[in-house]
Amino acid sequence: MAQASTFKGPRSATSWKTWLGVVPFFLFAILFLLLPSFRLLTASFSAPDGSFTFDNIRQLFTEPLIVNSYRLSIQISAVTALGGGIFGFLLAYSVTVGGLPKPLRSVLITFSGVASNFAGVPLAFAFVATLGRQGFITAILKNVFNMDVYASGFNLYSFAGLSLVYMYFQFPLMVLIMAPALDGLKKEWREAAENLGANTTQYWLRVAMPVLLPSILGSMILLFGNAFGAYATAYALTGGRIGLVTIQIGAQIRGDVLYNPGLGYAMAVGMVFIMAVSLTGYSLLQARTERWLK
Amino acid sequence: MSFLSRIRRFPFWGWFWFILGALYFILPLYATVAFSLSWDPADPFKAYERSFGDRRFWDSFLLSNTLALATIFASIVLVVPTAYWIRLKLPQARRIVEFLTLMPFVVPAIILVFGMIRIYSTPFTIPFTDIVFMRPLTQFKLGTNILIVAGYMVLSMPYMYRSVDTGMRTVDIRTLTEAAQSLGANWFTIITRIILPNIRSALLSGALLTFAIVVGEVVLASFLGVQAFGPYLFLLGQHRAYEPAALSFVSFLLTWVAMGLIQLITGGQGQAAGGH
Repeated sequence: MAQASTFKGPRSATSWKTWLGVVPFFLFAILFLLLPSFRLLTASFSAPDGSFTFDNIRQLFTEPLIVNSYRLSIQISAVTALGGGIFGFLLAYSVTVGGLPKPLRSVLITFSGVASNFAGVPLAFAFVATLGRQGFITAILKNVFNMDVYASGFNLYSFAGLSLVYMYFQFPLMVLIMAPALDGLKKEWREAAENLGANTTQYWLRVAMPVLLPSILGSMILLFGNAFGAYATAYALTGGRIGLVTIQIGAQIRGDVLYNPGLGYAMAVGMVFIMAVSLTGYSLLQARTERWLK
Repeated sequence: MSFLSRIRRFPFWGWFWFILGALYFILPLYATVAFSLSWDPADPFKAYERSFGDRRFWDSFLLSNTLALATIFASIVLVVPTAYWIRLKLPQARRIVEFLTLMPFVVPAIILVFGMIRIYSTPFTIPFTDIVFMRPLTQFKLGTNILIVAGYMVLSMPYMYRSVDTGMRTVDIRTLTEAAQSLGANWFTIITRIILPNIRSALLSGALLTFAIVVGEVVLASFLGVQAFGPYLFLLGQHRAYEPAALSFVSFLLTWVAMGLIQLITGGQGQAAGGH
C-alpha cells in the first residue's frame, strides 16, 4: 500500500474510459456481495406486512432466544480467541525467538497452514473420534488413568467441548499471524537492553511486549471474528443443539423457526455489524504495530 | 560449558509449548485414522473400501472438484485483469477494490448464502412490467451452479486477489506491457501471453487455496441444495460411524497436499482460513 501512494507513473489525467477496465469486477462485487448483504439490511427493517419498522432491531436486544444466542456466540468466540491467542503466541514464540531448532519452524508453519484450514465437518468427526464418549483419549484416560471424564462432567457436545474443537483452527491461525511479528523483533533491541543492564524479564516487559501488544490484541480480535462466523463445525458436532447465532440463522434459512423472517435478517445484520467492528479493531491495531515491525 | 549453563540454555519452555501444540495437532488425526481402521480387524481398510465403493461419494467428490476448477477459472478471469489494470492504469481504485476483496471476512458464508437466496429466489422481471426476464436462479441446476461458483469466488477472493496482486508486485508489468505494445500485442495477448505466465506461481498458490476452501465447503452447498462433498460427508456422519472417519482423513490429506504445495511454491507466504 505504501507503494501505491508513492508510485508516480507517467500517466495523464484518468478519463472515464480507464474506469471501464474495473467494471466487470465491480459488477461481480455488486451482484454477489453487496446486493445480497444490502438486501438483508433493508429486509431487517421491514415488518411481516412489508411496512417499515424498527421492531426487528429492537427485538435483537429484547428477545431472550436471540440475546442468548448472541451471548453464547460472543462467549465462545472470546474464550477461544483468548485461549488460542495465548497458546498460539507461545508456540510462535517457541519456534521464532524461543531457541528451538530452525527446521521445526517450517514444520510448525506448514502444520498451522493445514490446521487453520482443517475445519468444518471433518474436524468435528476427528474430535468425536478423539474425545467423544468412545473416543481415543476418553478411553485412554479411563483405562490407563482410571479417569472417566464424562462422569466428571466433561461433554464434547457442550460449550467446553466446542471451545476445545474451535481451538484446533484458532491457535494455528495465531501462529501464522504472530510468527512474522515475532521475527520483526530486532536483535539490536535486546542487545541494547542487555547493555543497559536489563534482564530477560525486564526486556520482555519494557521492550518486546509494548511493541508486540497491539499485534497480539489485533490477532486475537481476528480470532474472535474467525470463531464468530463459524457454522459448519458447530453444526456437525452438535447438530444445532448449541444455539450460536450462526446456527440460529441457519435454522432460519432452512425452515421457519422464528415467526418473523425480518427478525432473521436483523440477526444477520447484527452479525455483520459485530464482524465489521472486530475487523476494524484488527486493522487499527495492525497499523499501530507496523510502525515498529517492518 | 558447565552443566548448569547448558541447562539454562536449553529452551525448556520452547520445547514444552511446541510438544503440547504438536500433540494437540496430531492426536485428533491419529484418533481419526485409528478409528477408521478399527472397523474390522481382519480387514483394516474396510471403511475406505466401503467409502470409495459408494457411487454417491464419487459423484459428490467429482462435483466438488468441478466446482473448484470452475471457481478457480472464473476467479482468474475476473481477478487477474482487474489487478493488472489497477496496477497499470488505475491506482486510485486500489483502496476500494482491496476493501471489497476483504469484505468476505466481514460477511461470513452463512450470511452470504442467506442474502443470495433472498435475492435470487425471486424471478427477474423487466422493470415496471410483469414480463419475466429470467427464472429464479435457485430453481434450476445451471442457475444454482452459477450461484454457488459466484459464492465460492467471493469466499476465496481475499486469498486470490492477494496472491495475484503480490505476484504482480514482483514483475515489472509496466515495462513488459510497453514492450508488448510496441511489438503490436493487444490487451488479450498481453494478459494471456505475458502477464499470466509471469505470475504463474502466485496463480498456483491462489488456486490451491481456493481448492482447499471449495472442496469440503458445507454452508453454501447445503443451503443452495448442491450435492457436493461437504454435505455428503455431513449426511454420512449422521448415519454411519467408520466411513466418515475414513473420508475425514482423506479430506485432511487433500488439504495437506494443497497446503504443502503452496509452501513449496511460495516459500511459506501462503496462509488461509477456510470455511468453518
